[in-house]
Amino acid sequence: MTLSWYLVLAAILFTIGAVGVLVRRNAIVVFMCVELMLNSVNLTLVTFARANGTVDGQIMAFFVMVVAAAEVVVGLAIIMSIYRTRRSASVDDANLLKY
Amino acid sequence: MIEAPDLSLAALTPLLFIFGAACVGVLVEAFAPREARHPVQVALALVGTLGALVSTLLLAGSREVTAGGALAVDGAGLFLQATIAGLGALAILLFAERSLDPARSSFVTSAAVPAGSPRDRELLTSERVQTEVYPLATFAIGGMMLFVASNDLLIMFVALEVLSLPLYLISGLARRRRLLSQEAAVKYFLLGAFASAFFLYGLALVYGATGSIRLSDIRAAAVEDGGDVLLVLGLALLIVGLLFKASVAPFHTWTPDVYQGAPTPVTAFMAACTKVAAFGAILRLLYVAFGTSEWTWRPLIYGVAIVSMIVGAILGLTQTDLKRMLAYSSIAHAGFLLTGVIGLGSSGDGSGLAATMFYLLTYGLTTLGAFAVLTLVRDGDGEASHLSQWAGLASRSPLTAAVMSLFLLALAGIPLTAGFTGKFAVFRAAIESGAWPLALVALLASAVAAFFYLRVIVLMYFSPPAADGPTVGVPGLPTTIVLAITATATLALGIVPGSVLDLAERAAIFVG
Repeated sequence: MTLSWYLVLAAILFTIGAVGVLVRRNAIVVFMCVELMLNSVNLTLVTFARANGTVDGQIMAFFVMVVAAAEVVVGLAIIMSIYRTRRSASVDDANLLKY
Repeated sequence: MIEAPDLSLAALTPLLFIFGAACVGVLVEAFAPREARHPVQVALALVGTLGALVSTLLLAGSREVTAGGALAVDGAGLFLQATIAGLGALAILLFAERSLDPARSSFVTSAAVPAGSPRDRELLTSERVQTEVYPLATFAIGGMMLFVASNDLLIMFVALEVLSLPLYLISGLARRRRLLSQEAAVKYFLLGAFASAFFLYGLALVYGATGSIRLSDIRAAAVEDGGDVLLVLGLALLIVGLLFKASVAPFHTWTPDVYQGAPTPVTAFMAACTKVAAFGAILRLLYVAFGTSEWTWRPLIYGVAIVSMIVGAILGLTQTDLKRMLAYSSIAHAGFLLTGVIGLGSSGDGSGLAATMFYLLTYGLTTLGAFAVLTLVRDGDGEASHLSQWAGLASRSPLTAAVMSLFLLALAGIPLTAGFTGKFAVFRAAIESGAWPLALVALLASAVAAFFYLRVIVLMYFSPPAADGPTVGVPGLPTTIVLAITATATLALGIVPGSVLDLAERAAIFVG
């Protein structure tokens, strides 16, 4: 089995994540789609590391995981604070700022 | 056996200073008694930013790649780092202003209390201040300084997150109009995380194409095969991620909302410092890593610059809120800055780099000053940012109106202000490298944009004051310092820009 299938899978996952960010309405789900995008990048990195025969890509994947974890903390804190006020995490309800 | 990379501590002093101050700030937040925190935190943040500023100035002229090749200390990097540290120190002063808001701070007392709850109303008048904002802002400044010095895509990504995550948080910390502020934070966060995912995928593709993420290795690979599909695709995704941070149209949709919703000192900070950092990274990426395969990115930047100038100038005309108007102005200015990026010239010896750096400095100072004036004009519920409330301001407070007019004229690029010198430099660089159609569009866009700046001036001077108009607060020492420095610099860089332009010329060197 060639490595390129993993790259194709990662590209598909990335696309699903990107489309999800654009079409989903719940902030938590949007955020999960972003995480899906980050994880598809991890898959890409690890595949390229394997193809290049170095461990650089795997180390980068660790960095990405750590950053993603930090992002979860900040993101959930922000989404929680707005949810507690509005009782809704829908991005359509956050509509005070426009035009 | 893994060998430790050699670190040149001397070259890292600016970063050590700022991150050191941020870490100590977190400890102070945890251990110092509540009453002592505010002065200590402000002092600490100022020591960090000013120390970083001084140490970058002391490093002037050094050129090296350190930390195992991950960091580049060079003229351009140091110039941008000094700009970020200086503007950051001014922004910290704006954060520290305590005499404008009746409750003595523009930041929320307790961010965890839901907006509009009885406890929130109780705290609204409390003079307690929360001081997390200082370490957070210091971390953001540190991330920005790392961002412009990173010689490695992974470090660039980590720096991008270190600067972004605190910014998402502090844009949600407004004391008044908390719902708007929280909404701004959510929008900024979701779109920002989306954009960093694109940056990261670009990183992965470039790694796949070249086997390395070091900018110099990418350059070497691009010389061999600059047209590699994977490499070009990776470059495009990296650029999307960076253009988002720089609020360039069509990746600008978050900008007006976040600028309007965030507390005004934070908006000032974002408008000035984030712009410098994002353009610093764009310049380094494009010149160091992809300077030899210029034909791949030049058309993209060309097009995006035009879109950004037009969107910023046209939509700026329709705004009724000053903060939103300044946000669209920042989008238009991002387009002007990109004309400087185009002005590098195909052989890399154009004046584009120096011009863009100079423009970043002038734009940062001017926009910071404009937002600082905005914090002075207030009504019962925080800042009065609606345009109609500014009618006849000159009769109520001639000095405020005069200072605001100076900043608006500078943003419009009227001669004898810093804005003119900066615009002149980037347009000349673009024309010299043969991009005269772009410079022509930029001139037309500046003319359109000048209209909405001048409209505010006309409104302030020639309209009758509104009956229930806003009050103009008397600024305390911090804001006075900020206004004095930014106004003086705006004038000085317009009348005698020579020495600073020379400095930018001499600093315009990338190693890598």
